[in-house]
Amino acid sequence: MIPHPETRRVLTPFILPTVVLLPLLAGGLYFVWPLVPGGVQRVLISLVAVIAFAAGNAAYLVWLERKVCAHIQRRIGPKEVGPFGLIQPVVDGIKLMSKQLLIPKGVDKPLFMVAPLLVLVPAIMSFVTIPFSEDLVARNINVGLLMIFAFASVNVLGLLLGGWGSNNKYAVIAAARAVSQNVAYEIPMLITVITMVMVTHTLNLNEIVIQQDGSFWNWYLFRFSASPLMPVAFLIFFICSLAETNRAPFDLGEAESELVAGFHTEYSGMGFGVFFMGEYANIVIGSSLAVILFLGGWQSPVSFLADGFWWFLLKMYFLIFCVMWIRWTYPRTTLWGLLNLSWKVLIPLSLINLLLTSFMVKVWPLLMGAS
Amino acid sequence: MMSLPTPEDLAGLIFLGIVAVTVTGGIIAVNAARLIRAVTGLVICFIGVAGLYYYLNSPFLALMEMLIYVGAVCVTIVFAIMLAEPEPEKQVGKQNAIAGIISLCVGAVLFWSLAVLGTEKAMWPAASVKINDGSILDIGQSLLKNYSMAFELISIVLLMAIIGALVLARAGRVKS
Repeated sequence: MIPHPETRRVLTPFILPTVVLLPLLAGGLYFVWPLVPGGVQRVLISLVAVIAFAAGNAAYLVWLERKVCAHIQRRIGPKEVGPFGLIQPVVDGIKLMSKQLLIPKGVDKPLFMVAPLLVLVPAIMSFVTIPFSEDLVARNINVGLLMIFAFASVNVLGLLLGGWGSNNKYAVIAAARAVSQNVAYEIPMLITVITMVMVTHTLNLNEIVIQQDGSFWNWYLFRFSASPLMPVAFLIFFICSLAETNRAPFDLGEAESELVAGFHTEYSGMGFGVFFMGEYANIVIGSSLAVILFLGGWQSPVSFLADGFWWFLLKMYFLIFCVMWIRWTYPRTTLWGLLNLSWKVLIPLSLINLLLTSFMVKVWPLLMGAS
Repeated sequence: MMSLPTPEDLAGLIFLGIVAVTVTGGIIAVNAARLIRAVTGLVICFIGVAGLYYYLNSPFLALMEMLIYVGAVCVTIVFAIMLAEPEPEKQVGKQNAIAGIISLCVGAVLFWSLAVLGTEKAMWPAASVKINDGSILDIGQSLLKNYSMAFELISIVLLMAIIGALVLARAGRVKS
């Protein structure tokens, strides 16, 4: 099969690096690797694995998103490049990389350049502590849960600086919206997480998953002895993670019909690409966290099936599918509807849950013991 | 045989990197002409400080620094700047070269005397010992037992701030 001349033109600059540099690099690595001390080896492997996982997921979630969207709208979606369009993300990536990085006149250049990084890098950092299985975790940090929220909070700064640095009215409005949304939804999310920590007594993600050992009724989603409102807590967490990652129906920061493309209006080529990688990495982290906190992580739902990372991936991708499903099913809310939902529904509900859980954790055992 | 860096060497390099990040951030924060860039410098500085805390084996403090200072304080400052839209900065005119030299000398003397005071004259407390492993349990217990007064006072300050913000926002509202 002869590739299209345009394809050949695009691919030619990549031939030399792949044919010459990659084998050289691989050969060099083969000789140097045994000399590297064990601790550094582990760090390097974790680093490469985490970045590869984040980037690969970003690329293939775009493909999945297009497929899901297409099937919901009774279309087929990408199908030309590779079987089921599976090579589409690679081609898209090459396209984005070969595009000109346009920096418009009048933007605040350093801020404009650093904003996509502020979205992507913290997201990749968060992957470091996510346990895919008991041993498959880059760094088992004792305060892992806190770490993910610490890095997730930097995300909004990236949107703000990108929007402001663009020197574009639409981008600034989008950034202002994104902040009010993130601030509003961080509160119920953190209250829910505090509730969970009161039940788990630990911030270590590995231990949280180990506590949900056994069958699916041991998952925190169904731990009614800790709080009768556990499924509600899960729903609050899920809604907040949708809002925190700026996903529809809460994607007011990039409402195409009102704001062109929101905070990334002025970004072209890979600047835009990095923003999107960050967005998808954040979706993966939000779903992973929901799986770890409520759905038993790598634990199998029934005791006669073996536990393992496949359960984690299965649950995580199911949640991601739900995120896409919601995006292509529900229309965008208004800004007031969004803020009202947080301040008038989610925050009171999560506070009630907090009170109820503290009652169940601290007072209830005392009452039972006294009688 | 070429010796490759050990994890300890790498840790030393990372420490130097963190210090460089902190200092660079601080310099950007005080020197930037635009307010928003100064905030960005502050963010970089805070990230560096968080790195220092992490390096000092206190991940909880490091992450709290990220969560509160980078994720909350800086976002609030940026938001305030966006709402206030400060007018373009007035460029300060070229300073006299002699004035620069004199201020440099004064600064150097001040720094030197402070350093001498700090290293030779000051009564340094004994080096702090690691009391416990800095886990959230310990921190929570000391916050609510030994330091409960400070903790409660801080929460009162925050409450006052919220009430103040509400009063200010209410006062600006026109009845329609």
